[in-house]
Amino acid sequence: MSAVIEEHHHDDHHHGPAKGIMRWVLTTNHKDIGTLYLWFSFAMFLLGGTFALVIRAELFQPGLQIVHPEFFNQMTTMHGLVMVFGAVMPAFVGLANWLIPMQIGAPDMALPRMNNYSFWILPFAFGMLALTLFSEAGAPNFGWTFYAPLSTEYAPPSVTYFIFAVHLMGISSIMGSINVIVTILNMRTPGMTLMQMPLFVWTWLITAYLLIAVMPVLAGVVTMMLMDIHFGTAFFSAGGGGDPVLFQHVFWFFGHPEVYIMILPAFGVVSAIIPTFARKKLFGYASMVYASASIAFLSFIVWAHHMFTVGMPLSGELYFMYATMLIAVPTGVKVFNWVATMWQGAMTFETPMLFAIAFVILFTIGGFSGLMLAIAPADFQYHDTYFVVAHFHYVLVPGSVFSIMAAVYYWIPKWTGNMYDETLGKTHFWLSFVGINITFFPQHFIGLAGMPRRIPDYALQFADYNMISSIGAFIFGFSQLLFLFIVIKTIRGGKPATAQVWDGAHGLEWTVPSPAPYHTFTTPEGVNLKEAHG
Amino acid sequence: MANDATYETYYVPHDSKLPIFASMGIFLTVFGLGHWLNDMTAGAESSVGTWIFAAGGLVLGGTLFAWFSSVIEENHAKLYSQQMNRSFVWAMSWFIFSEVMFFSAFFGGLFYIRMFVVPWLAGEGNRGPSDMLWPDYVPSWPMLNTPDPERFPGAHEAMGAWGLPLWNTLILITSSFTVTFAHKALEKNNRQGLIMWLAVTVALGVVFLFLQAYEYHHAYTEMGLTLNAGIYGTTFFMLTGFHGAHVTIGTFMLFIMLLRSIKGHFKHDDCFGFEATAWYWHFVDVVWIALFVFVYILGS
Amino acid sequence: MDKAKRSRWLVALSLLLSSSALYADWTVNMRKGVTEISEKVYDLHMIIFGVCVVIGILVFGAMIVSMLMHRKSLGVEPATFHENHKLEFIWTIIPIVILLVMAVPATQTLNAMYDAGNAEIDIEVRGYQWKWQYTYLNDDPTQEVKFMSSLLTPQDEIYNKAAKREHYLLDVDNELVIPVDTRVRFLVTAEDVIHSWWVPDFAIKRDAIPGFVHEAWTVAKKTGIYRGQCAELCGKDHGFMPVVVRVVEKDEYNTWLAEKQAEAAAVYEIVGKEWTQDELMAEGEAVYNRVCAACHQANGQGLPPAFPSLVGSPLITGPIEGHLDIVLNGKAGTAMQAFGAQLNAAEIAAVVTYERNAWGNNRGDSIQPREVNEMMAGQ
Ligand code: HEA
Ligand code: HEA
Ligand code: HEC
Ligand code: CUA
Ligand SMILES: [Cu+2]
Repeated sequence: MSAVIEEHHHDDHHHGPAKGIMRWVLTTNHKDIGTLYLWFSFAMFLLGGTFALVIRAELFQPGLQIVHPEFFNQMTTMHGLVMVFGAVMPAFVGLANWLIPMQIGAPDMALPRMNNYSFWILPFAFGMLALTLFSEAGAPNFGWTFYAPLSTEYAPPSVTYFIFAVHLMGISSIMGSINVIVTILNMRTPGMTLMQMPLFVWTWLITAYLLIAVMPVLAGVVTMMLMDIHFGTAFFSAGGGGDPVLFQHVFWFFGHPEVYIMILPAFGVVSAIIPTFARKKLFGYASMVYASASIAFLSFIVWAHHMFTVGMPLSGELYFMYATMLIAVPTGVKVFNWVATMWQGAMTFETPMLFAIAFVILFTIGGFSGLMLAIAPADFQYHDTYFVVAHFHYVLVPGSVFSIMAAVYYWIPKWTGNMYDETLGKTHFWLSFVGINITFFPQHFIGLAGMPRRIPDYALQFADYNMISSIGAFIFGFSQLLFLFIVIKTIRGGKPATAQVWDGAHGLEWTVPSPAPYHTFTTPEGVNLKEAHG
Repeated sequence: MANDATYETYYVPHDSKLPIFASMGIFLTVFGLGHWLNDMTAGAESSVGTWIFAAGGLVLGGTLFAWFSSVIEENHAKLYSQQMNRSFVWAMSWFIFSEVMFFSAFFGGLFYIRMFVVPWLAGEGNRGPSDMLWPDYVPSWPMLNTPDPERFPGAHEAMGAWGLPLWNTLILITSSFTVTFAHKALEKNNRQGLIMWLAVTVALGVVFLFLQAYEYHHAYTEMGLTLNAGIYGTTFFMLTGFHGAHVTIGTFMLFIMLLRSIKGHFKHDDCFGFEATAWYWHFVDVVWIALFVFVYILGS
Repeated sequence: MDKAKRSRWLVALSLLLSSSALYADWTVNMRKGVTEISEKVYDLHMIIFGVCVVIGILVFGAMIVSMLMHRKSLGVEPATFHENHKLEFIWTIIPIVILLVMAVPATQTLNAMYDAGNAEIDIEVRGYQWKWQYTYLNDDPTQEVKFMSSLLTPQDEIYNKAAKREHYLLDVDNELVIPVDTRVRFLVTAEDVIHSWWVPDFAIKRDAIPGFVHEAWTVAKKTGIYRGQCAELCGKDHGFMPVVVRVVEKDEYNTWLAEKQAEAAAVYEIVGKEWTQDELMAEGEAVYNRVCAACHQANGQGLPPAFPSLVGSPLITGPIEGHLDIVLNGKAGTAMQAFGAQLNAAEIAAVVTYERNAWGNNRGDSIQPREVNEMMAGQ
């Protein structure tokens, strides 16, 4: 099945974008929308990062110096929410928009107007959420996991806006995912079978499926909160026959797949970059696909590993422990495959490759701590300490975030037609790499030593490592301004990029000129499948 | 599928004002609603939220109307290919899947409460010691007496299954048939039949909603069964309420399809809008059957 | 001005240094703890950690070798293999085997943790925003020992106005006391939001969930003082609700308990009996001068605007519920604390009655300790 683009509603027959800001507001072009997502995500990354820096500044020393406990809780909550829903998820949607149509030889996303709608809901949702910071009783302060009844009976009024913001994000994600799935299933260029798709497309197909399955559940649980708060229902009140733990089950049924939503596309990115710079085909393509699918499947049946201490029955505890441990197997397959891809390649270490290698190593470290958390009896000691914080930042920051940066360096020549400045890129990488480890490695220690998370002040024996961690956070944080600089510099000029950009790169997106024309693959004849699998 | 080498056109609409208006509309709607709810819970007499909500609803409704109109227009202008239609089919199916998951959250909650929480509160299982907090609580389902009757007064009686709800079940099942008859008629290019069966379906939907409203009224006034009655009332109203909301939307969609049929839209091979509505309607029907079993029959 | 600034820096610096000095009992690993379970958990932790280290060395080792040797700058030609089913099979199976082996001790430990029967002592642990209440359950209500345990660290230390002492943030007014080598069962619950009762040295972390009770148990093998913290975000002062358990010899425990029970019995009797107006007024005046006068002044005039006058106050001349409520629960965000946790029902009843009738308030009504108790239970 293929497609010939058809232009309509359109007087002049020139195929470029409209001019001015309205180009971005009204656009239905997947590349424009991808760009919008990526910039939005970066803005949210800085915002969420600023919140993180407030947290780290307060934790620089024991005692309360900068903020009050109440505000600290708001910072923790907003940091988590903004990073997860505002920075990481939209960044991957942005990449999906830019890359999926180009990688499968489609003219655009399947439902272009809905694509624009998915994006433009987000600024409104996050605007509403961020504005609650200025409301009288303050922003949401109950953690990004918003456990009831702290988030219902005991919540500030801003919780109502929070609930609706989550609804909006959910609507956006569901529409975005429907678009991705439909595009992949229906718009591949003639001759491209599922098992010929690049892994980034595969992982996004699976991610989109996860999103459609769990975002409605998140919507369900916030709706239950809304009813408990405003209409006297009893979902989360034992007095009415409900149970606060019900909240956690429903939340984590969403929440656990959510963390894989944030890592699967990263796997796809890394699976594209490593072969390019190793100049060797990806090792074990098929098992990569099966592993991703297994991870997605398992992610639905392990949610209660976040709840080992809530007092589940023993059998539940055991089941969730075993199931969680199993995830190490397909994830291990992926890690081993990446290593095998590098093995006996002819590697060069441009910035995207550096980020990708750091991803493999640091994500694996995060995965190891995840496996430790999965051992239920041990989790009784780890749970809700900085050990958990260290775990999830290792999988999220040098995991998801590094993969996004790797992707930007890797594809930005294709997007802008210019090469980025390699020296600056490498500087950015090393600053980030060092900064991130200084920030989060010591958190393993303070966690094991017993420091709970979500506290604005701590006992004295945790002082030294907290100070180190805060210093690392500022190094890492401010290095990202360098990233911003590099990106802007590349957009404005630089060494012109060739169509293939990297000599080891294969795939349809590398067959079109750099920068990629506003419309690509408007006719199926333009697609050279051979090249895609060279 | 991907090997089928027929080349088709894929219509990519150009710049559109629709999404940004829809975004503003949905934002105003929820922002106003949030404002309104907060004022309501704080005990305020009136709220500007109401107006913002209404304005947002108008913007959103108007935009969606324009949006669907332009889709219909584009379709009539023959801009859509078979491949486009497949996109719509996939999109609608996945949308319905997301709706299924939304309901699953509430059904899951119901099962969890019934299978675990009620026994726990009554002193069984590993959370059994909880009964020391609720010494007077006697377990039962439907939960007419709650652990804390002062806050959650409970209901006098449970909603039976075999009166009105049975009728409603029959109505919805019938309507699933009638909408299929309408489809069959369309396939045979029998416009009269299409219109008639559609009209019957819409009527059944409306009757269902009336009966449901009557049931709610009865529950609130006669049975003490309210949202605030404890978890039985909570699950009862949330599940049937969200279902009712979906029936309302479905009926409205069917009504639009009816109007379009009267205007002469749809052909036997070009009727995606109609089909999507029909799937939606079947989905709503299936949810009801689950409700009838788990909320009404096994719940009383 | 300048001097003040400098001295602030000096204080900050010295605080910094002192914090390092107090770092004596620093650790970067999990505590072994003082119970059989905590030792098992520690062992599990070390095993799984070791497994990860070994796998890590292998995986990262392979990567490093590859990065050093298989680089283009060395002039190598890339190999062309991209599949090897045998290899892929092996590295699927080996992790499975490792995990299966790992699951065995994990299951055993979990089983042991969940076996909460045969306890000699039952203690109810109840989380409040932001303190713990301990009740030594006893069939005889007159013998029931029950007290609140809240943070002892003064605000000045928290806000860096005074040097932080040992056990900063980990000290409470009333410790939980249990005997050594005795099986104790904890029944953990909460009053308001979810808290989590965590004693690292016992490897107990049990979420305290309002409306439900969860069991945990321990047999402490060594006497000593063990400190932990609330481990579930529970609002503003989540970081300020430590858990402190003192494990003592059995005799010492018995003496302690007997003392507490005597106190409890006395209070029980006082609370249970019907008080006359005069008794209430006399006791009330005593309590007032001891506790309340610091802010509201002996003449009830307070020190407005910081501390309101209680004379003619609408809350006091209004219905008794509102009055009682502010004394029991305090007013968040002001100096007015929740005295329900600090005073017993008799003292509360007395002081409320006193305030309603002293200094010309002359409401003429009174409240019995019994009624205060009922109100507290009803919340
Ligand atoms: C991108 C996000 C991401 C990813 C990928 C993961 C991956 C994993 N996570 Fe993590 N997790 C989070 C994000 C993520 N997590 C977040 C955000 C939280 C906290 C939420 C909150 O409370 O706020 C959390 C919390 C969390 C907990 C709850 C802790 C607690 O609160 O007490 C647990 C417990 O089981 C857990 C386990 C795991 C496991 C087993 C994996 C596995 O997928 C890891 C698998 C990978 C490997 C194991 C490494 C590679 C494998 C090999 C090299 C093969 C051989 C290895 C062995 C056999 C050891 N995670
Ligand atoms: C993808 C998700 C993601 C990402 C990228 C991050 C990034 C970071 N996180 Fe985040 N974190 C979470 C997800 C994430 N986190 C989640 C889910 C939680 C749990 C929340 C909860 O408990 O509910 C959490 C909690 C959390 C805590 C624990 C808080 C607590 O328990 O109280 C801490 C503490 O150190 C922390 C630190 C950091 C730091 C230092 C970064 C750094 O990587 C940030 C880097 C900094 C920047 C990028 C700043 C750049 C900005 C500037 C330099 C200023 C420029 C300004 C302008 C231009 C306006 N995080
Ligand atoms: C550390 C200071 C402090 C102490 C000690 C104290 N109070 Fe207060 N109290 C306050 C403050 C401050 C307020 C004002 C709260 C507000 O802003 O509404 C107050 C308010 C009150 C009020 C409500 C007055 C009104 O009209 O609003 C009552 C009643 C009261 N206190 C009773 C007591 C009793 C009884 C005690 C002793 C058991 C006590 N207080 C001890 C500081 C204190
Ligand atoms: Cu109590 Cu946190
Ligand atoms: Cu998880």
